[in-house]
Amino acid sequence: MTATPLLEVRGLKKHFPLHGGLLGRQTGAVYAVDGVSFTVNKGETLSVVGESGCGKSTVGKAILRLYPITAGEVLLDGQRIDNLPASELRPLRRRVQVVFQDPFSSLNPRQRVGDIIAEPLVNFGIAHGSELTDRVAGLMDKVGLPRDAVKRFPHEFSGGQRQRIGIARALAPGADLIICDEAVSALDVSVKAQIVNLLSDLQDDLGLALLFISHDLAIVEHLTHRVAVMYLGKIVEVADRATLFSNPHHPYTRALLSAVPVPDPTAPRNRIILRGDVPSPINPPSGCRFHTRCPFVFDRCRAEEPLLRDVGDGRISACHLDEVPAAA
Amino acid sequence: MSSTLLDPAVAAELPDVLPARKQRGKVAMFAYRHPSIFAGGLLVSLVVASALFAPWLGTADPTALAPAKRLRSPSEIYWFGTDMLGRDIYSRVLYGTRVSLQVGVMVALFASVIGMFIGLTSGFIRVLDTVVMRVMDGLMSIPGILLAIALMALTRGSVGNVIIAITITEIPRVARLVRGVVLSLREQPYVEAAVAAGTRVPKIIWKHILPNTLAPITVQATFICASAMITEATLSFIGAGTPPTIPSWGNIMAEGRALWQVKPFIVLFPAIFLSITVLSINLLGDGLRDALDPRMAKKI
Repeated sequence: MTATPLLEVRGLKKHFPLHGGLLGRQTGAVYAVDGVSFTVNKGETLSVVGESGCGKSTVGKAILRLYPITAGEVLLDGQRIDNLPASELRPLRRRVQVVFQDPFSSLNPRQRVGDIIAEPLVNFGIAHGSELTDRVAGLMDKVGLPRDAVKRFPHEFSGGQRQRIGIARALAPGADLIICDEAVSALDVSVKAQIVNLLSDLQDDLGLALLFISHDLAIVEHLTHRVAVMYLGKIVEVADRATLFSNPHHPYTRALLSAVPVPDPTAPRNRIILRGDVPSPINPPSGCRFHTRCPFVFDRCRAEEPLLRDVGDGRISACHLDEVPAAA
Repeated sequence: MSSTLLDPAVAAELPDVLPARKQRGKVAMFAYRHPSIFAGGLLVSLVVASALFAPWLGTADPTALAPAKRLRSPSEIYWFGTDMLGRDIYSRVLYGTRVSLQVGVMVALFASVIGMFIGLTSGFIRVLDTVVMRVMDGLMSIPGILLAIALMALTRGSVGNVIIAITITEIPRVARLVRGVVLSLREQPYVEAAVAAGTRVPKIIWKHILPNTLAPITVQATFICASAMITEATLSFIGAGTPPTIPSWGNIMAEGRALWQVKPFIVLFPAIFLSITVLSINLLGDGLRDALDPRMAKKI
């Protein structure tokens, strides 16, 4: 942990302005990501989990700078990349690649598989001519695609195979970090397992770091090293896998984990049923964002925003309850 | 397949429960699957053939005057009759096909290419978008035929000028369509993945955006082609289009208008040709739309 982390995100904010009225003035904003900090070390998997709309995909896209961020810093190997001009950012894009959720819309329907995988290699001038062909073939072997797929179009493949194409494209430029944005959520259960295993194997072979954005806690438990739990644009808890899954700390994490189905009908279940819906990120609640649904809510939660602090076991959590026993 | 699954001896004893599957040729299969492309395509190719081979299809000089033989009804010699100057209407209608097709195809081509360029630019350069699209809105707010008449009034009547005038009125439709498609394609994950993979903007447009706009543009081009033919005929009919020395369907109809009640065939034949041509091109366009974009077909 003392070495410079591969990726560091500090106080990342992404607000999408809302325009309304006749003149299109800004009338508000969607606070999609509102001050998120975390690190990903080399060869490590960090999972970002949370329910739909909590901003986890926005974090991924903001790191890739698919849109400008509102505030905060993104550092790759200790170097800030969020404020670089496009020309200086381009060579660094080699190192951070992405695999998207939908294997159907993430591949250009009018490009051949070989060209899709070769695109980053050509862009970064990594390979030409016969070397390019060899590289593409090598990548296809690595992700388990048949060699004859080169000349075919994406629509000729199943969802799992398409996701392999997407992974090959992400591996092509020799990335250090792959952002998997719900990369297995759209797949069948059996195919999901294959892709997850492929990602784990690739991580072991190539020393890849993965930022695994997902809502599927069972998959996350299977492959991650650390987990960051997000709620309404903020991180509420970060912990190692074993710590988090065996002993969730933050009230939201507890509720989230209790919702995971257990494949044993006789097992005792203490489901924590949260009341109400997730508040709108356009008008997030004051104080702790979770206070409208938290079963342990008290006065301070409504007024003051809890900060992330170390609560032992290499875990950080943002909850006022952590301070209560010390004070009492 | 069944023979590989069944023992041939057993298979022979089984009664034929199902009727033999109908064997269709490739052409029949295509006609069955895409009836409107087939019908439209067939009619369009007939029209194109009659324009190309007009000199060899038993026509006379379409501009040759024969005052002695004027206003003959359709007969064995004059299939579609003659007009008030004794010109053979059959020949004039066939040669008129050339003008209509020329105008239709050229307008569709130019309007698509220019409209695509404008649409791509304003879809990608957001600063230009507001200005360019307001100009397009302005153009679209003027009825197409009026704009074409105004443009024709500024210039000399010739086929080339007719093409230019109609192209200008059709450009906004293509530009709007392409801009819409570009805006939705820009948000596609494969475009975002290309950005992450370091693809530069020109290559993104060329490799990822452009190929995916071609299908809707092709469909739109057929509709523009049909609409341009009608506009050309209208312009010629009111005397603001193709000069009267060139036989075009609009001109023939304009000349026959005065005699409509006594000699209806002068107007009738070019009108039938125009209707059939426009119908067949629209059929082709409808079929292409269904084949290229099934989702869009359900919506409309």
